[in-house]
Amino acid sequence: MTSQDNVISRKTKIEDKKYKWGFDFNIESDVAPRGLNEDTVRFISAKKNEPDWMLEWRLRAFNLWLQQGEEAAPKWAEISFEDINYQDIIYYAAPKSKNDAPESLDDVDPELIESFNKLGIPLAEQKKLTGVAIDAVLDSVSVATTYKDKLEEAGVIFCPISEAVQKHPDLIKKYLGSVVPYSDNFYATLNSAVFSDGSFVYVPPGVRCPIELMTYFRINEVDTGQFERTLIIADEGSYVSYLEGCTAPMRKTHQLHAAVVELVALKDAEIKYSTLQNWYPGDKDGNGGVYNFVTKRGAARGENSKISWTQVETGSAITWKYPSVILQGDNSVGEFYSVALVNNYQQADTGTKMIHIGKNTKSTIIAKGISAGKAQNTYRGQVSIMPNADNARNFTQCDSLLIGDECGAHTVPYIEVKNPTAQMGHEATTSKVNDDQLFYLQQRGIDLEEANYMVINGFCRGIFKELPFEFAMEASQLLRVSLEGTVG
Amino acid sequence: MTSNAMLEVNNLVVSIADTRILNGLNLKVNKGEIHAIMGPNGSGKSTLSNVIAGKPGYIVEEGEIIYQGENILEYEPDVRARKGIFLAFQYPVELPGVRTWQFLKTSVDAIRKENGQDELKVREFDKIFEEKRKLVEMAPDLIKRSVNEGFSGGEKKRNEILQLSLLNPKLALLDETDSGLDIDALRIVSEGVNEFKNSDNAILIVTHYQRILNYINPDYVHVLVDGEIVKSGDSTLALELEEKGYEWVK
Repeated sequence: MTSQDNVISRKTKIEDKKYKWGFDFNIESDVAPRGLNEDTVRFISAKKNEPDWMLEWRLRAFNLWLQQGEEAAPKWAEISFEDINYQDIIYYAAPKSKNDAPESLDDVDPELIESFNKLGIPLAEQKKLTGVAIDAVLDSVSVATTYKDKLEEAGVIFCPISEAVQKHPDLIKKYLGSVVPYSDNFYATLNSAVFSDGSFVYVPPGVRCPIELMTYFRINEVDTGQFERTLIIADEGSYVSYLEGCTAPMRKTHQLHAAVVELVALKDAEIKYSTLQNWYPGDKDGNGGVYNFVTKRGAARGENSKISWTQVETGSAITWKYPSVILQGDNSVGEFYSVALVNNYQQADTGTKMIHIGKNTKSTIIAKGISAGKAQNTYRGQVSIMPNADNARNFTQCDSLLIGDECGAHTVPYIEVKNPTAQMGHEATTSKVNDDQLFYLQQRGIDLEEANYMVINGFCRGIFKELPFEFAMEASQLLRVSLEGTVG
Repeated sequence: MTSNAMLEVNNLVVSIADTRILNGLNLKVNKGEIHAIMGPNGSGKSTLSNVIAGKPGYIVEEGEIIYQGENILEYEPDVRARKGIFLAFQYPVELPGVRTWQFLKTSVDAIRKENGQDELKVREFDKIFEEKRKLVEMAPDLIKRSVNEGFSGGEKKRNEILQLSLLNPKLALLDETDSGLDIDALRIVSEGVNEFKNSDNAILIVTHYQRILNYINPDYVHVLVDGEIVKSGDSTLALELEEKGYEWVK
């Protein structure tokens, strides 16, 4: 482990971030009564007009959640927060005019479209030109999926998961919970009971999905939790690139977001999953902000399959997520590229797990953490090489950058090797934004804030280049906004 | 009647931590002139160029720095840079992940904006950059590389001269630009500086050795010892110093 510390002498000024996504949508919603009991689960299932087997699965999860009690919530993460009152949350909220799922964009409430345009998520024509298919999820309901025709032509299914339950029950029955079982962890169990919507993707054998798929999530209602569930299946020899973005309005109280994402890659298939997470982080004193407890896991099930996670995490009061890959197939590949930026009182405990089961499996982990204000940033990663995983290889690199002297960065790697042929590499660095770098840039006429942004953007460049081009531009912008006021 | 003075340093007293580095230094540089500041290690040469550029960490206790008729001591380094002060660094820093193209384009545009000009179009910028790159004989892939990352000492110094040429400042401060250069790199760097030079700008060369002055001919040579200029003269002073050593002026 190398560590270099460069002294910083500049004053650190902590200011409230300008959270420009913090406006309300003015849309009436159809909400469930506050609190969680069996009726809540039945209400959600009925709203979705679900078949019995789906309701039963939910109820099994709910009963487990109830039996386990709140003590079952994981406590090992480097985060602290007030107890969540699960009876004070609204578990389902749908925009009222959208009781019936829209058949096409023309059926979508124009006000809703305008709202998404404000978020920089143009659902309509302009995005079609760029070739990205979007599924937009507002609070609990998927409101619009663009570009359906072109996808259908290729045989790709991309729809709200509630629709998939109706139209593709065999795929749902086969794969839902096959990577993250409902008993996996406290938050995944909760999600399994009350998940409202999310995206479903199935790419048939040999098909290279012709366009990027994208879901935009937005929590809008006060005191609403969001529990989306995403399932992506890449059948043999297929490829898909999927993007998700998230925002939430500014609220004085905390909002809970507990999502589950499951990926399945069969033989020779590849899934590339990219996230820009910009949930409301809370104000400069730590009031409000989203509690983001997310379980994301991919099964590289077939030979030569590949799953790649790229995440840029700038939002949320608390981020608790570990997008992982189970490398089951021989020669399968798992990748995790991450930028996590925290400011003010934000806390992030994020990382990955790479579980090597198949032979000649290979994983790469590159995690960049940036801490400013009084924020705490933890990289937590597990690499396990199982007994039959001959010639497994892992490379892990964790770099932390500190801005100011009141924040913290922590690196917690767990390494478990049960096969002597494994090759492991681990590198970690911690540094501060270097005064000489800032002066060099300033001496070339670039102001301090821009100089600071350029240095930090440079630090993240290796991760951003893993994102699809448009998303990379957006990530840079998000970084710029999140860094405002961190140097002065 | 406009003044011909580019830079006037009056009674400049500078400390770093508790140590006094410059001790009442006076210097006047006119447009069209090249001045060389020579002195032994620790005499305060680099401090002088850093303080003119506004590097944080120095305490200016007394005196003033007048640049084009204006006292610039209160200005941030980026403001000074946009007003036309350029420092070629003794040790150019590496900026991992910051592309040379992005860095130079941002810099050029910041300075153009200050002068009321529009941002350069990408194609225009690329064309100018290409000219300057050839001038300092840098490899074509320079534009894609991270700023100074993995560059040799000579490449870093040539990159500084490329920036000098691209930004076309009014006052160029060359801090030990010749140190660590082989004879070919020294020639390339000197040619770049001579090409930059005109009757409207001025150059201040800070150097330990006389060597670079064989290539760039100074109008004045000043000898700096213990934070004060102890002797000034024309270019023959540099040769005399080379022959007799710094002990001669102490």
